[in-house]
Amino acid sequence: MFFSKKTLSYAAVLALALGGVVGCKKGEAATQKAEDSAAPAAKTEAASDAKQPEQYFPLQSYRVGPYAAGGTGFFGGFIDYLKLVNARDGGVGGVKLTFSECETEYVVERGVECYERLKKGLNGAPVAATNPLSVGIAYATIDRQTTDKVPLITINHGRTDSTDGRVFPYIFPLQLNPYSEVSAIVNYIAEKQGGLDKLKGQKIVTLYHGSPYGKETIPVLDILAEKYGFEVKHIEVPHPGNEQQSQWLEIRRYQPSWVILRGWGVMNPVAIKTAQKSGFPVDHIIGNIWSNSEEDVLPAGAVGKGYLSITTHPAGTNFPVHQDIKKYVIDKGQGDLKDPKRFGSVYYNLGVINGILNVEAVRTAQAKFGKKPLSGEEVRWGFENLNIDDARLKELGALGLLQKIKLSCEDHEGGGSVRFQQWDGEKWVLVSDWIAADRPLLRPIIEESAKKYAEEKGIAIRDCSKES
Amino acid sequence: MQFFIEVLVGGLLAGIMYSLVAIGFVLIYKASGVFNFAQGSMVLFSALTYVGVLELGVPAWEALAVALAVMVSLAFVIERSVLRPLVNRSPLTLFLATLGVSFVLEGVAQVVWGAQVHGLDLGISDEPIDFSGVFVSKFDLFAAAVAAGLVLVLGVLFNKTRLGTALRAVADDPLAALSVGISLPKIWVVVWSVAGIVGLVAGLLWGARLGVQFSLSLIVLKALPVLIIGGFSSIPGTLVGGLIVGASEKLAEVYVGSLINGGIEVWFSYVVALAFLLVRPSGLFGEPNVERV
Amino acid sequence: MSSSNETHLSGAFELRSARPHARTWALAVLLAVAFLVVPFIGDDYWFSAILIPLLVLSLVGLGLNLLTGYAGQLSLGSAAFMAAGAFATYNFELRIPGLPLLASVALGGLVAALIGVGFGLPSLRIKGFYLIVSTLAAQFFIQWALTKFGWFSNDNPSGVISAPPLVILGQDLSNPVGRYLLTLTIVTFLTWVAWNLVRSPTGRSWMAIRDMDTAAAVIGIPIFKSKLLAFAISSFYCGVAGSLWAFAYLGTVEPHGLDLNRSFQVLFIVIIGGIGSIAGSFLGAIFIVLLPIALDHVARAFLVGIVDPSNTENLQKIAMGSLILWFLVKEPEGLARLIEVGFEKLRKRLSRRFVPAVSN
Repeated sequence: MFFSKKTLSYAAVLALALGGVVGCKKGEAATQKAEDSAAPAAKTEAASDAKQPEQYFPLQSYRVGPYAAGGTGFFGGFIDYLKLVNARDGGVGGVKLTFSECETEYVVERGVECYERLKKGLNGAPVAATNPLSVGIAYATIDRQTTDKVPLITINHGRTDSTDGRVFPYIFPLQLNPYSEVSAIVNYIAEKQGGLDKLKGQKIVTLYHGSPYGKETIPVLDILAEKYGFEVKHIEVPHPGNEQQSQWLEIRRYQPSWVILRGWGVMNPVAIKTAQKSGFPVDHIIGNIWSNSEEDVLPAGAVGKGYLSITTHPAGTNFPVHQDIKKYVIDKGQGDLKDPKRFGSVYYNLGVINGILNVEAVRTAQAKFGKKPLSGEEVRWGFENLNIDDARLKELGALGLLQKIKLSCEDHEGGGSVRFQQWDGEKWVLVSDWIAADRPLLRPIIEESAKKYAEEKGIAIRDCSKES
Repeated sequence: MQFFIEVLVGGLLAGIMYSLVAIGFVLIYKASGVFNFAQGSMVLFSALTYVGVLELGVPAWEALAVALAVMVSLAFVIERSVLRPLVNRSPLTLFLATLGVSFVLEGVAQVVWGAQVHGLDLGISDEPIDFSGVFVSKFDLFAAAVAAGLVLVLGVLFNKTRLGTALRAVADDPLAALSVGISLPKIWVVVWSVAGIVGLVAGLLWGARLGVQFSLSLIVLKALPVLIIGGFSSIPGTLVGGLIVGASEKLAEVYVGSLINGGIEVWFSYVVALAFLLVRPSGLFGEPNVERV
Repeated sequence: MSSSNETHLSGAFELRSARPHARTWALAVLLAVAFLVVPFIGDDYWFSAILIPLLVLSLVGLGLNLLTGYAGQLSLGSAAFMAAGAFATYNFELRIPGLPLLASVALGGLVAALIGVGFGLPSLRIKGFYLIVSTLAAQFFIQWALTKFGWFSNDNPSGVISAPPLVILGQDLSNPVGRYLLTLTIVTFLTWVAWNLVRSPTGRSWMAIRDMDTAAAVIGIPIFKSKLLAFAISSFYCGVAGSLWAFAYLGTVEPHGLDLNRSFQVLFIVIIGGIGSIAGSFLGAIFIVLLPIALDHVARAFLVGIVDPSNTENLQKIAMGSLILWFLVKEPEGLARLIEVGFEKLRKRLSRRFVPAVSN
């Protein structure tokens, strides 16, 4: 009678709450140690030597939820590459790489919570950079990370104006920002039509996801349309994009020659299928960087054949770096991917490339600051002075996988070129050489936007010539 | 003009796809007065089960049987663990309980079958048939036929069988039904099973169109305006509601929405439903609520 | 809306049955700790990731509780009103230079209140469950409008707004402690207002409407005015909370973050915390904020190796759903009641132990 059901119930609730709080306080060290034990290789490194110098990469990963396919692929590739560097090279300059994951489910507050929890480092290893692969989380952590001096990497996406490193010293939209993406697509269309002058009078439709990411490139397309004399129509697909019938009917009425697909998640296969239903030729749809993976096309089935998309890197595994990953990581049972068939997929390779870029930045920074665990500020310098040429790419075993990339104080993007691939029903096949975006055209727009942001926030614009 | 017809026809057919999902809601509401928010998760769960079993190598018809069995057992579990303890509570409480159920279902479905997208091929392609310039999809016609068939079958069930009478009795007044000897738990299990089966049908059709994945459960948001316009307790009403919602939504999106880049689909059906409610508070075919002090 | 079994005159009699001294003392201590002790012992993580969102969510929960718990009008549009408030505050700050931050926040709340009244108008004709259509329409429409029309976000191409500098009376509050204190002050003030509101005639009219609106109309309570007032005040709270969410917590807001899922989350806060209970809003928020983190830590500490990390999220969903069901079955009046009952029992047992001579 003393321990009635009600007493027990509220005792349980209190215990849960207390458990959470205690776990939290005790927590960071304890939980992350437990986390490392899930990856035995990392465990031996952590256990064998607390004094061993380590560089930490906190991973705000997402392995569940609607975007799980992208997350598991990307973080799988990233983690495998970090493990490769540890296993094959003993780390970077003798400093081992360590990491831990914090599930965000692609939700902004979780990403923020993960960042705040992990930003202090792991067992004394300082944070090199964060790679949340999420526009929302990036936006929410821009201010924080700038204050905390931790680089934020938004490879192939992010806030376009963060390309201007003078206003955004800690933010790096590596390789490709949304404006470059769209400009490259227009250049490719021009190439297919026979030249930039042939664009005049053409009709192009952008079918975009109803979110900030989708909308981001509307102004630039309008500018490009004006410059080259083509007509552009923007059609929105409300999230999540399950149903696009009216949009594709609209497209059929407008009769464009090309459709640029700025999709995300389920919107992609639905777009392809609905296109077929409306009679629009699938091989005149060009998907952007987030509509370019196997997972985006496969659910569309046989209909997807001929669909084009942009890519900063090819899919596939016949690169030396993949052979190394296979040898040192996967064959040892350390591979992060649950489904081994995804080795070499578009998202996986993006993760590998992201790994390469992050590691090379640390290496570049070590050349200046010494072969030791580096602070976020030092790694930032490494990113800003990142310069990977063909020779280095060959050494890394990634020639043909990754484009040449050179960053600077003003330019945090560094690449801006893409290739185009086509779906043959089973895999992606490259159908073009490197096509560059019209970066000189885009730069003033980016600077204008960055300036506006700096004014709004009261940030002083860096003078790049004064810095080393 | 032709374009208008095309949009209209497309809208009507899309609306029927919404009705498919809405039918499940109406079933449960009719028989237990519960607005089952978990219907969307049931659609997802049943489709995932079917696809998951199929991918394990089981032939199609047996996979279907397995999925059906799973949905029936699910109905048992829900009745036992949720409906019975909450038997006398307010509709709001029951609605919130179904919210809880939907979370559990989504979580379990993804734990068991994984989070990736599964393709589903029902053998009917989405190719358009050309009716003198107006494209109508084969798949849409098939779905419309299925929906019509379902409505017929359920109509017969409710109006011409003993079971149907019992169901209607329970919906009207559970206490009176009890006193006449109708077993409430059994009825609820039957209703939730049938709703589960209807959910499976809807899941298969939608899954064939979109691929079976998480966002299937979001379809429930489209079904709500259908329910409101058609009336919560009328099955033929869902067809009518679906047609109205589908047609108005698509026409608005194309003709009005295109003036501002589009995207109005997302709220248009709700505004239409709201307008309906102001004029007919219980929907076109629903039963008006009588309030007493 | 509630069946006669659940007619519960919560709120009106809360104070009378409580022991005034014990409760007010506890509250005073809590406030003292929150204002005077926490700023010095808290660290970045606690402020930025736990305390601030907790306070903001409590405020929204409070807003929804006023509307749904006290006035009985079910709403699934809380997140939309948050977004309206956030964007409105942003625009006031941006376009009217020199306007003090608190004034912008208040004006933002006012805009949200007006919008709330607009979407609350149908409540005069539509009752009970069907009313969620109106607030759902609000949810979708507002989210759409804010993304669609660039003016709201100062023509930022992505439609995302960033926090303006948080400066009050010359003090820069953009560090975690500053943001925490700003949030705490606003939340404390608004809670005090709400507390008084529910004990006022307005509050009592709301409860009458909630419990039996036909009867309420018969005895002369102005249903029209009361319902709209409930929508207005509730939306005001949601709007202010939205501004805090965007500016004190995340530093940014994109309309996706304040979507239907958020509205559901707020509804859960109210259910779990206790419908019709002010303390309940806080308890519910604590629960909702801490639960995923607690589960995460528990999973890491005990389930690593047994359970795939990608499944912990799904297990959390299952846990959340099950907890909601458990609460609805066992304690429909939420944590607030649970804790109240707990204290009662504790008190009784203590008094029995220490005053054995008194026969019971």
